[in-house]
Amino acid sequence: MRLEIKDLHVHYGKIEAIKGVSVVVNEGEIVTLIGANGAGKTTMLKTISGLRPVTSGQIIFDGKDISKVPAHERVDLGISQAPEGRGIFPGMTVLENLEMGKFHRKNRKAEMQEDLEKVYHLFPRLKERVSQAGGTLSGGEQQMLAIGRALMTRPKVLLLDEPSMGLAPQMIANIFRIITEINKTGVTILLVEQNAQQALQRAHRAYILETGNIVKEAKASDLLNDPAVREAYLGTGAH
Amino acid sequence: MKIRNYWNLRDYGANIWENAGRPVRVAIVLVSIVLVGLLPFTGGSFLATPIASFDAVLVYPVGMFVLMSLGLNIVVGKSGMLDLGYVAFFAIGAYTMAILGTTTKLNTWEIMPIGIAFAMIAGVLLGIPTLRLRGDYLAIVTLGFGEIVRLVVLNSTWSKGPNGIANIPMPPHIGPLKFELENQRVFFWVVMAMILLTIWMIRRLSVRRPGRAWEAIRQDEDAAELMGVPTLKYKIWSFTLGAAVGGAAGVLYASKNLYIAPEMFTLNVSILILACVVFGGIGNIWGVVIGATVLGYLPDRIRFISDARLLVFGLVLVIVMNFRPDGLLPRKKREKAIVKREANA
Repeated sequence: MRLEIKDLHVHYGKIEAIKGVSVVVNEGEIVTLIGANGAGKTTMLKTISGLRPVTSGQIIFDGKDISKVPAHERVDLGISQAPEGRGIFPGMTVLENLEMGKFHRKNRKAEMQEDLEKVYHLFPRLKERVSQAGGTLSGGEQQMLAIGRALMTRPKVLLLDEPSMGLAPQMIANIFRIITEINKTGVTILLVEQNAQQALQRAHRAYILETGNIVKEAKASDLLNDPAVREAYLGTGAH
Repeated sequence: MKIRNYWNLRDYGANIWENAGRPVRVAIVLVSIVLVGLLPFTGGSFLATPIASFDAVLVYPVGMFVLMSLGLNIVVGKSGMLDLGYVAFFAIGAYTMAILGTTTKLNTWEIMPIGIAFAMIAGVLLGIPTLRLRGDYLAIVTLGFGEIVRLVVLNSTWSKGPNGIANIPMPPHIGPLKFELENQRVFFWVVMAMILLTIWMIRRLSVRRPGRAWEAIRQDEDAAELMGVPTLKYKIWSFTLGAAVGGAAGVLYASKNLYIAPEMFTLNVSILILACVVFGGIGNIWGVVIGATVLGYLPDRIRFISDARLLVFGLVLVIVMNFRPDGLLPRKKREKAIVKREANA
């Protein structure tokens, strides 16, 4: 088990956003967390990456509880998040954004070129835009940059927060294809999505999150054919 | 659109600098230093300030404002934290000088590192609990801190309360250069040296890891943390460096003014220094230098209109900020522009 979340509770002030969630992510898997707006998907990822403090519960990564480890140290351990809304650095160039992904690495000089090539191989578009400021990229390119930058930290687990948000259908298909490709290089992926159709097609296993609780856990392909799930999340229900 | 380009002094200057070889750059720097260093001798020209003597104005407010604005710019401009209590560090430096200068035999240069150290310690102590806050909340806490420092010195016996501390010693002479009240050009040169040192420090840090980290924090703090930047550590660093510059300015100010009192360290000073930074162009060293120079110099230059002077000062602020909302010399807005230089390389 690469990552295990045990009975996680997270609060925003007095409001409980995550109400005792347990999730398991195995080595080499793509696990997806689907759910509607406000279900707590983003909060889950932010808690795993360390941006939100845990109220109670455990986050076990490679056998160690990391729920008290600050976010920037979790990056060293091998957890990397591509933030929601493509949280790139708008005033830095594409190259500078990617270089930021190496900020914490000890032998960053030696790794830099090799990893840049890897990212450019996955996202040839980024290579064409190396010296363009991040804020001037299109939505899809920004998403590529956010994922590429997360890969620069050489993650063991990649956390993706709604990579399809606000993108054109063609771009969505493209991004998901690349996610599968990244997974094949040995990176475990935890994917949070509203676009259940795409997410379930790509993932191995899936959890359904509703207002802070896991209501269902199954193989992704099973959920894809589950009538209740189809009605609630896939938009092919009664109407 | 065309007209704006003529006004883009920043890019014009950057172009000259980038196209120049090393000898030319050294020459530019040396000539500028000499020219600025000669400023105290231009007191007879149109630059002269009525009432206040010109070389005194060059030291305070102009020189001091430039120095403090550069310090505040590390905090506000580089790492994007709004600090409304910057005067606190200035006050800590000044009171360190005043108390140690009047009770011990240490001279200004020996007290300088102590004053800077105290300001930095205050910066760390304030930074650790408060720098987890962001934006407006941080502004309010720092504002409170500025007021706390002022109220503490106002109500304590060791600081002589509202009476302030008098008979602070002048700095001892440096070689043949003697510090005098009637002729403050030596003070000006010292402030200038401190400004140059600060600029050098900021420029060095900006191109290295701290600069990258600050830039990332300013643009997106969460993303910076996710890239492995220890954001709290770098924020405290930036806060502390800003405090150090403020403390250094305070030590020199006390030693020049010979007398300090709590009323010199009000919120007004913090706001005015922040205005210098914003007016000149947040984040751009040269913008900040120009902004602080103008805002420090202008009120004294137009002193002859006495009561209307602050009105004119306010009008200038409003008009300039209307036409140049990002300041006189804003930092490069790369969010909106393709960086051509690297593309061609």
